[in-house]
Amino acid sequence: MNDAPGGVTCFSYNGPALSPGPLKRIYFLARVLRVPGHGHKLSERKAVPCQRLNLTDMTQIRNFSIIAHIDHGKSTLADRLIQYTGLVSEREFRDQILDTMDLERERGITIKSQTVTLPYTDRSGQEYDLNLIDTPGHVDFSYEVSRSLASCEGVLLLVDASQGVQAQTLANLYMAMEHDLTIIPVINKIDLPSADVDRVKDEIENELALDSDQIILCSAKEGTGIEDVFEAIVSRIPPPAGKEEDPLTALIFDADYDPFRGVIISCRVFDGTLGPGDIIRLMSKGAAYRVEEVGCFRLNREPRNRLSAGDVGYVIAGIKTVSDTRVGDTITLDGRPAPTALPGFQEAKPVVFSSIYSIASDDYQALAEALEKYKLNDAALTYEKDSSAALGQGFRCGFLGLLHLEIVQQRLEREYDQSFIMTVPSVQYRFTLEDGHCLSVDNPQYYPDPTVIRGSEEPFIQASILIPERYMGAVMKLCLDRRGENSRFTYPSPGRIEIRFDMPLAEVIVDFYDRLKSITQGYGSFDYDFIGYRESDLVKLDILVNGEKVDALSIIVHKDRAREWSVRACDRLKDEIPRHQFKIAIQGAIGGKIISRSTVSPFRKDVTAKCYGGDITRKRKLLEKQKKGKKRMKIVGSVMIPQQAFVAVLKSEEE
Amino acid sequence: MDRPGLYVHVPFCRTKCPYCDFYSVPSLSLIPAWLDALQREVLIYRDRFGYFDSIYLGGGTPTLLGSRELTRLMRVLFQDLSFSRDPEITIEANPDDITKEKTALLRDLGFNRISLGVQSFNEKELQFLQRRHSAKQAEEAIKVIRASGYTNLGIDLMYGLPGQGESVWMATLRRIVEYNPAHISCYQMTISEGTPFYRMLRQGRIQAPGEERERAFFLLTSAYLEENGYLHYEISNFAREKGTMSRHNIKYWRHVPYLGLGPSAHSFLKGLRWWNLRSVDGYCQALDCGRRPVEDCERLTEEQARLESLFLGFRTREGVKRKLIEDSPGSDRTLREIRSAGLVTLQGDRIIPTREGFILADSLPLLFSH
Repeated sequence: MNDAPGGVTCFSYNGPALSPGPLKRIYFLARVLRVPGHGHKLSERKAVPCQRLNLTDMTQIRNFSIIAHIDHGKSTLADRLIQYTGLVSEREFRDQILDTMDLERERGITIKSQTVTLPYTDRSGQEYDLNLIDTPGHVDFSYEVSRSLASCEGVLLLVDASQGVQAQTLANLYMAMEHDLTIIPVINKIDLPSADVDRVKDEIENELALDSDQIILCSAKEGTGIEDVFEAIVSRIPPPAGKEEDPLTALIFDADYDPFRGVIISCRVFDGTLGPGDIIRLMSKGAAYRVEEVGCFRLNREPRNRLSAGDVGYVIAGIKTVSDTRVGDTITLDGRPAPTALPGFQEAKPVVFSSIYSIASDDYQALAEALEKYKLNDAALTYEKDSSAALGQGFRCGFLGLLHLEIVQQRLEREYDQSFIMTVPSVQYRFTLEDGHCLSVDNPQYYPDPTVIRGSEEPFIQASILIPERYMGAVMKLCLDRRGENSRFTYPSPGRIEIRFDMPLAEVIVDFYDRLKSITQGYGSFDYDFIGYRESDLVKLDILVNGEKVDALSIIVHKDRAREWSVRACDRLKDEIPRHQFKIAIQGAIGGKIISRSTVSPFRKDVTAKCYGGDITRKRKLLEKQKKGKKRMKIVGSVMIPQQAFVAVLKSEEE
Repeated sequence: MDRPGLYVHVPFCRTKCPYCDFYSVPSLSLIPAWLDALQREVLIYRDRFGYFDSIYLGGGTPTLLGSRELTRLMRVLFQDLSFSRDPEITIEANPDDITKEKTALLRDLGFNRISLGVQSFNEKELQFLQRRHSAKQAEEAIKVIRASGYTNLGIDLMYGLPGQGESVWMATLRRIVEYNPAHISCYQMTISEGTPFYRMLRQGRIQAPGEERERAFFLLTSAYLEENGYLHYEISNFAREKGTMSRHNIKYWRHVPYLGLGPSAHSFLKGLRWWNLRSVDGYCQALDCGRRPVEDCERLTEEQARLESLFLGFRTREGVKRKLIEDSPGSDRTLREIRSAGLVTLQGDRIIPTREGFILADSLPLLFSH
């Protein structure tokens, strides 16, 4: 947590930049962990019966979402809305806030509020079902965000009263606009001593081009302005359109795994209707399932007879793993399928890759099982078997981004109690070979023969960095150091600069965000878009130990960065490899050319003086013990390299 | 050479040297009881071993035994055990016990080899080591031994004492070479847990010389003695010629059977190793009750035997048979590497450690473990 000037405590995010999803726009977010059971916690409290009005009365439905820059109070507001409608009591709400605070004290964790149907009666006595659709999955990945927004008619755009408009605020706004949503600007945290409502109102007018008259002021924590928020929702956000009699189209915006019921699909029904007993079809794969139950989300899931056009709710249909479902997919009826699927569906495509190896070779099985279990709840993670001469059996994993990677890593470590080595994350490079073939390579082991490479490319992003003016020099330097090019500036408001740079994604995924935060003292915010592949001078850097290549340490890098990386690897290995009877030469090489080296000197003496009757057993026992220790080392050639050495070289700088 | 060896442990010393971790007690009154017990112990092993061709009296201080005790001891051994025609019979001796009478007795009893615990010719060092003799006494003892016709004299020296300068040690070495004994043992001082020196080391009152110095001492000792005609045949042992190498000790390094009698003594036969209680009282009591005074034993697996052969082999100039390492993965490559590093040479089917190889002998076996 940083203490920003003014005595306000802000949360700092150590998560590095999120890498692109399949859509053009990528939204950066700090590390967020889904804490299992939050939803369940809510559901321990007493349930309020689902007030569903007439099946055809879509005019009393509002579907909306809350979008905001990280930590501008999204979940607190969501919780407060829930509390306000009576689904939880004031005391329960306060308890929850405390929980939230506790967990948020552990850096970067935000409790996910789930999608929930709020019963609201407005000032005139009119009853409504307000469906608050929260961003699904464990983080607000761009694609998932877009599918959630596609399920709404409007959004609450939340801005922190002291922080003001941030990079994500903008980014989220653009996305909401792309979906033609009604936007209700809300300034939150007006209770803070450092709140500067007027300034923020100006920012919203100037930077977001939203009418300041439209702005709602509130404090989710204190509970002020909440009624205004609700009134705005019902009055400004239009009710859903759609025909119940048309063929069913329902958009999947989330899928969750419940050990008792299987996969719980969250969806928004556009046209048509579905209920238990219906055979549905998931249009992307064509798989059909029989609906067991449908209903809406309150504190618990509440079953209903049907879900119809305009509704948001859940479907349980005997689906075994979330990998069988796809966010953005369309549900239709098998017996009467819709002619076309809902637009915007994309398969999640991994962009950052890393290999994981269990620390002890006998833990491989446990790691395999943990990954399998984890995948039940995360369709986005891809993995396949991988092996390295140095590290043994492992898995090559694909992630939607660095944030995704971190979350998977943390959850595997925490929840499944696994300890493993993760290789430096890499992106997918593209090589065009002499014979015209195009290869996508992320694993250095599959780097093609350099003599047949005609061209190589790496993925590029456009970074947009929003900072106070005074950090411009430092940030410029950082970006240029990371091979940034094509810089542009805009001045969204006095004293603030938005810098845009084209940068290789590879430069961003290691520790760019942390560096940015550090040099801007927490004020810098960062967002990026994937802008395609560009030609790049790539090489493969190998690390050799006494002439023998250590596979796991090979890396594909831009030729300008090769030396730096090589020097660092050689230095770290020198510290980690124990002395042997002979000198150990550590070298970094590109092709046959050595570009850096370090040496481990041999140890000088180790023999003991006496070895008579009584000494022999003792000596042998010592050797046996040392032999055992040797097992935990990876032998490369005749050099014994402890696991720790790999970890030291391979883990990201930020550790 | 493959005949078994006999070791007898004499667990008595007048005073305990602060570096020594062999078992001994200052209660000389227990000697008679110990002898009685020993007599019983001998009977247990009467027909178990073949003909011993070496006897080694170690300790403790074997030479503090009086003539009656020594005579009785040897009689017991010869009576109940079998020996080859010309065994090597060694006694460890302290210079302050060597008199004309003593050496005559020893000769009469059949001892043909004396291992004299000199440790140093430097007064200061001797005091530090709390030896009971002075340099002069050591000199005298050597003279007496020579005069009584012993040709197979071995002298034990110690180097690597805290703060010991190279020149002091060189002076000792030069002197030794002048004496030209048949055998020299140069032990680097090892500070073992439980010894007074160990406590002093922990308290920072003494300092170990450090790896570099130890290495330097080892190398110059080996070089100097070899230059002067000695064979550096084991890490700490030098012989003027092949015939004066310690026949008994070599058995330990070749997995030849040996029987150890007396408290704390170790034995080895057909893959089984056992050792006696490390207590005079315990030893005597056990034998009084007709029980074997064995503390524990182990049966070597093939892998353990192999590991032992490896490390024992790398400690001697006999080295290790090549086929012993063949099964080890990457052994060819490793062998190449240590050869080019000058640590071993290949002679026929044996891998022989060089002087540099000796220095690292304890870790070479690990390179060839599965």
